[in-house]
Amino acid sequence: MSDIGTYSFKRAHVDLDREEISRPSLSYWQDAWMRIRTNRRTLASLCTVVFMVLVAAFGPMLWHFDFDTQDLNQTSKPPWASRAMTVIEPYTPWVDRPAVEQWSNTGAPADIQAVGFPSIEFVRLTWSPVEGATRYTVFRTIVDPEDGPLGLPLGSAIGESANSYEDRIDLEQDRYWYSVEATFSDGSTTSSTVPIDVAAATTLAGAIESQWVESDSTLQPGDTLNTPWHPLGTDYLGRDMLARLMKGAQISLFIGIVAPLLFILLGVVYGSFAGFLGGKTDSILMRFADFVVALPFLLFMILFKLVFGIGAGESGILPMLVALVLLSWPAAARLVRGQILQIREEGYIDASRLLGTKTPRLILRHMIPNTMGVILVTFTFAVPSTIFTEAFLSFIGMGVEPPIPSWGSMCNDGRKTMETTPHELIFPAIFISITVLAFNILGDGLRDALDARMRSTE
Amino acid sequence: MLWYTTKRLIQGIITVWFIATATFWAMHQVPGDPFVGEKAVSPEVEANLKAKWGLDKPPLEQYWIFLTNMGQGDFGISFAQESRSVNDIILERFPVSAILGILAIVFAGLGGVLYGALTALYRNQWPDVLIILLVIIGISVPSFVFASVGQLLLVIINQIVGFTLLPVAGWGDISHMLVPALVLGLGTMAFLTRLMRSSMLEIVSADFIRTARSKGVPAAQVFSRHQLRNAVLPVITVLGPSVASITTGGFVVENIFGIPGLGQSFVLAVQQSDYGVIMGTTVFYGAFLVLMVIIVDLLYAWIDPRVRLE
Repeated sequence: MSDIGTYSFKRAHVDLDREEISRPSLSYWQDAWMRIRTNRRTLASLCTVVFMVLVAAFGPMLWHFDFDTQDLNQTSKPPWASRAMTVIEPYTPWVDRPAVEQWSNTGAPADIQAVGFPSIEFVRLTWSPVEGATRYTVFRTIVDPEDGPLGLPLGSAIGESANSYEDRIDLEQDRYWYSVEATFSDGSTTSSTVPIDVAAATTLAGAIESQWVESDSTLQPGDTLNTPWHPLGTDYLGRDMLARLMKGAQISLFIGIVAPLLFILLGVVYGSFAGFLGGKTDSILMRFADFVVALPFLLFMILFKLVFGIGAGESGILPMLVALVLLSWPAAARLVRGQILQIREEGYIDASRLLGTKTPRLILRHMIPNTMGVILVTFTFAVPSTIFTEAFLSFIGMGVEPPIPSWGSMCNDGRKTMETTPHELIFPAIFISITVLAFNILGDGLRDALDARMRSTE
Repeated sequence: MLWYTTKRLIQGIITVWFIATATFWAMHQVPGDPFVGEKAVSPEVEANLKAKWGLDKPPLEQYWIFLTNMGQGDFGISFAQESRSVNDIILERFPVSAILGILAIVFAGLGGVLYGALTALYRNQWPDVLIILLVIIGISVPSFVFASVGQLLLVIINQIVGFTLLPVAGWGDISHMLVPALVLGLGTMAFLTRLMRSSMLEIVSADFIRTARSKGVPAAQVFSRHQLRNAVLPVITVLGPSVASITTGGFVVENIFGIPGLGQSFVLAVQQSDYGVIMGTTVFYGAFLVLMVIIVDLLYAWIDPRVRLE
């Protein structure tokens, strides 16, 4: 075997360009933002969340209605209700009642009709009386009685020739079926029914008092005016729904965002201590977290609320925040502890320690930033569930104190009138659902973008 | 298995002790006492009553009495409903809540597994899209809205058919239970459907599925024997926490549908400041939930032996 001299070999050409990274490297957050930007659902939900926050922050300032100004002439108006109102003369007692012109020949009161303009201020009825009757009773109902009950007995007119009745009881703009029932001396009765459309009306003084028109208005009786526009209608006390929903957004979002911020912060501190210290301390700390998890959540929310008590004029927001923080931190603590336990074994931690980094700096600079993604995802999912909890507590009357609105308490108020005016339940329900949905989708998107292991299989 | 069970039970007892302690000290901080109220009693009567209930003793002694009573299964007495023990109230009311809860869990579990399997089977086809849409609604609409709307629908349906097909409220036979239980289970059903779907999709790509397919096992059998069975496992783990969320939802559903369950009586007790009932019910519910979680964990350990080794 002949010697192969070193000189037989020549250094090959090294292409240094290939060693260069051709594209700029992306940081974790840049990468995440790229994923979010290309995910349309996440972007849409992010926009919804931002929109809701803006509505809550600036809506009540910009909208000219107050959330607690009542207008008892405008209660439970759905948004599609007519706003027109006829101006009428101030009420004067009905003195010139008509005389009997004709007697009924059908055996029951006949020709029931309204005298003048039937409005929510008053309805004046006349009819042809029946010979032999001793008393006429007037009934009213909002559904066609047909053969069924005649409805609410309003009052009686005594005497055979009585032929008029004035109704001023709690009238609303609607179609009413008025029945006049004649009672005879032998106790037998006959009746007849007519529908009468009752118009919305107001006196000029009333309109000025409700601030629908300026006090120097030149409106005459017979003119129509438009009542203020409530785009989402009014509630059972005539308060503007939009103003209340925006104020409610403030309350719900404040609790929904601040409470998770606080309890996740507490959880992060607690969990990172437990995870970093390890050993006995860790197991004692985590056992305590297990105990707190085992407390029945809703019952303790209510208990804490009793404990803190609510003085007159307080909103009840602070007790709810404290209770939420006290009960909700363990989930975040467990999660962060798990993350820290994992990260503790990573090479870069050893490297950093070898370079002489102190423990607090190790936790703050290396461990917590590396759990930020998971923490952010947890936060996004904690927001909708906290909004749910708040709504739920307010719904059973254990949450925010009236008159401060919250979406939950508005739902509860709306439930009572849902058969006649469903908008009072539907609008707050839609606000809750859209917000909760947006945060949930945002959470899904963030998890896909931030947490490689949790990326969903869609 | 025996060791695991014993360990879990001991942990459970300690947890219940913690719940009882937390309840006692929380209630002790509540401002006012049962004698602050409309019905004024003479000082002698008040002293007698306080002596009877041990309210004149120092807090630590009261705590001890409370603990021993709880340990013997005595949950105290109601201050608002005279001469009724909390045990009486629980005995009368809890079965109602339990039946409602069990029905809701059954609805949620069956529905969740079925719909989740369907979505995975018809992935990206119309059943999948439809069910996912329903899941989104189920997750984002609060239970009290479902309950209110459900009740409204019942009213409308009864009007259309002209007789009481299903009663709108109240409690009695199965016809009273169906709609409230369905409403109560909807949120959990949506959650379970989503879980089942992702679990099914994850398992499709597992090695044992490929092995089964390559051995020539018919597709239907792969689906039912291999995929479905394994996919159900994670669903079982969340059944424990689901019991808690269904109990929570029960508070509202019972109130809306006028069902005389424990949730309704708790809300009433809070409104009446009936501290005895509040304390007793809280500890009882806490113990019940702890027991449920243990049962589900044991069930899971029994089904999936890997859990026991941890």
